Amino acid sequence: MSIRIALAGNPNSGKTTLFNALTGSNQFVGNWPGVTVEKKEGKLKSDRSITITDLPGIYSLSPYTLEEVVARNYLLEERPDVILNIIDGTNLERNLFLTTQLAELGIPVVVAVNMMDVVLKNGDKIDTAKLGKRLGCKVFEISALKGTGIAEAVQGALDAAKTAGNFRPVHSFSAKVEQFLTAVSAKLPEHLPEEQRRFYSIKLFERDEKIMAALKVEEIEEIILAAEKEMDDDAESIITAERYHYIGDILKNCYWKKNRGGLTVSDKIDRVVTNRWLALPIFAAVMFLVYFVSVSTVGTYATDWANDGVFGDGWHLFGIGSAEMAEASEAFEAGTLTEEPDPADFGVWVPGIPVVVGGVLESINCAEWLQGLVVDGVIGGVGAVLGFVPQMLVLFFFLAFLEACGYMARIAFIMDRIFRKFGLSGKSFIPMLIGTGCGVPGIMASRTIENDRDRKMTIMTTTFIPCGAKLPIIALIAGALFGGAAWVAPSAYFVGIAAIIVSGVILKKTRLFAGDPAPFVMELPAYHMPTLSGVLRSMWERGSSFVKKAGTIILLSAIVIWFLSNFGFANGSFGMVEDLSDGLLADIGSAIAVLFAPLGWGNWQSAVAAVTGLVAKENVVATFGQLYGFAEVAEDGAEVWGTLAASFTPVAAYSFLVFNLLCAPCFAAIGAIKREMNSAKWTWFAIGYQTLFAYLISFCVYQIGSAVTGTASFGIGTALAAAAVLGILFMLFRPQKQLKKWKLETAAE
Amino acid sequence: MKTLRDVKIGQTVTVQKLTGEGPVKRRIMDMGITKGTEVFIRKVAPLGDPVEITVRGYELSLRKADAEMILVG
Repeated sequence: MSIRIALAGNPNSGKTTLFNALTGSNQFVGNWPGVTVEKKEGKLKSDRSITITDLPGIYSLSPYTLEEVVARNYLLEERPDVILNIIDGTNLERNLFLTTQLAELGIPVVVAVNMMDVVLKNGDKIDTAKLGKRLGCKVFEISALKGTGIAEAVQGALDAAKTAGNFRPVHSFSAKVEQFLTAVSAKLPEHLPEEQRRFYSIKLFERDEKIMAALKVEEIEEIILAAEKEMDDDAESIITAERYHYIGDILKNCYWKKNRGGLTVSDKIDRVVTNRWLALPIFAAVMFLVYFVSVSTVGTYATDWANDGVFGDGWHLFGIGSAEMAEASEAFEAGTLTEEPDPADFGVWVPGIPVVVGGVLESINCAEWLQGLVVDGVIGGVGAVLGFVPQMLVLFFFLAFLEACGYMARIAFIMDRIFRKFGLSGKSFIPMLIGTGCGVPGIMASRTIENDRDRKMTIMTTTFIPCGAKLPIIALIAGALFGGAAWVAPSAYFVGIAAIIVSGVILKKTRLFAGDPAPFVMELPAYHMPTLSGVLRSMWERGSSFVKKAGTIILLSAIVIWFLSNFGFANGSFGMVEDLSDGLLADIGSAIAVLFAPLGWGNWQSAVAAVTGLVAKENVVATFGQLYGFAEVAEDGAEVWGTLAASFTPVAAYSFLVFNLLCAPCFAAIGAIKREMNSAKWTWFAIGYQTLFAYLISFCVYQIGSAVTGTASFGIGTALAAAAVLGILFMLFRPQKQLKKWKLETAAE
Repeated sequence: MKTLRDVKIGQTVTVQKLTGEGPVKRRIMDMGITKGTEVFIRKVAPLGDPVEITVRGYELSLRKADAEMILVG
């Protein structure tokens, strides 16, 4: 018989580490049915017949957050054979709060006290035998990080699974409360099995809406009201207080904390890191470091190597021969060498994939169109996906580290004040920071935000921040039109941030998002050194999910674009065309270019590039390259700078940049939005809003910019743009009060 | 009555009662702030909000607006 173990515990209790230690690589990641919370399942390493389900990290089984509802529904409906409850030994009181609730479900519970090594090091003592007796379940001491005690805990869980149906919660509240609970229990339907009655009585007593709707038990309101009157508190508070009281009572006899007097290491770190004066400089320094390494230095080397080496001409193994090659090139340019040097003559030269494959195809006399499809379409497309991965992995490594060490929670703490103003939570910073790398995991990171409204707002605005794939567009425009001016890239981020702020304030005042600001009650976990394997695993999971989610779409688009640009009607027949302007894509581009004329870039190449940008943002540069007749362009499209400069005014180019930064993200990110919104309506709203907003802003940039710089005279376009600016300002500064009134009116209708 | 919002940094207070209702209140209680709990105000975030408190041996942050729901003595 296969046994199902459910892994439950608080966030930051080491649950993921334990899950990874138990299952190794036998994991399946998916979604819980109907919602967007991630579901992880795995097979036990030592016995593949045993399934372990990793429940979302939760503090309670109350019905308020998505995670809590998911975990609760799973436990109630699927009824696993045993619950393995992992608790943080350094934070027993609050962790046991969930344990008391799990024990009520009537499913056998086995408790694993994690971080026992830290507990012992601190000089604290936990009498796990006594604790187990009081809780009514087996308690094991483990260290998920060091892998100690895990096998015993799992064996304990398997033993406990055999007692299914006989498991009874042993804990009890004060006599007075028990009396009321017994009265509620008497009203429960007969068919409820005995071991589950405790859970349902307590939930009904707490007026849990979801359970009340499911059971439809009458006449309990009087009991609750009587209890509330007698105890001078509401039912939920009574039960919560009773639980903590009960836990305090247990711990009195089985937990001894050594009075250390001084501050712990974590306290000392926190004193500096979230210090009133130092917090912001440190925050800025950390962000700079993350950026400097992952975007400016290591990440760039990695991306260059992937794009120009592996998916380009080739590269020197371990850099052997690079220096000599550079010397020879200099000599050639200076004129002292008559023959252009071949990099393959120096050091250990590894040819790039297109070179190798192209050579093979040519040697077997493959048809020209097939060669084009494979080398330019397929390999080019795969390169577009994978070329970006090394840089992303570097970024994900940092983010995983920041999350695991506890600093990510401090970021939310430090930033909350700012973000709340725009209808976002301090936790929105995390998706947006990740969104600077790639919008796909950024949007997925919005899961950490409990409040639905904050989450939706974050999902809608995260992709305004320039992601890594938009950097080549910025480099292209900066290089082609602005002589590589240093202000272009920062201004792109500024536009992104301004778009988030403006959208946040405007949307917050609409009916869709109006209401009280979301609660922000967040644990600040103790700082600790993350393990390398944990960080690497998280990095790998995010990286591979990008490849899987975005890869197919980018690859498909590369092939479709290759087809559309290389096939068309020329000389009266359909077939492969020599000139790109005869291709199908040019026809499509010409048809839609008129839409973008008011934005200053009505030529068909730009229109096509913007469309391919919807498929994947980095395609914009490659498309310009292909459309201007270059088979292969560098990441910043240096080859097309000259052509581009001739066909754009600087203002029009900037308008093009702004549109591509703000409009609907790539299809992969749209897919992520759909997944996180879990609603087609909201997905369309998000994309529609983004595109409309981008169009409006680009329109204003071009029309007003042209009038100011004198490249165009004041006209109807300028007037419309000025009106649009005034409209946005009105939406920004209109008082919230007005909306309340309007809301009342609609309510009256 | 005094609320948690009014408490100065570095002070320890005891929770008397929680006002309000709904998810925020439940969340605050789930995190261990219940009647009779001792709460230590550790610090205020650099921008003035939220606050960081120590409750039941761990660190928790909450906004001043939500801290108003917690009556202390």
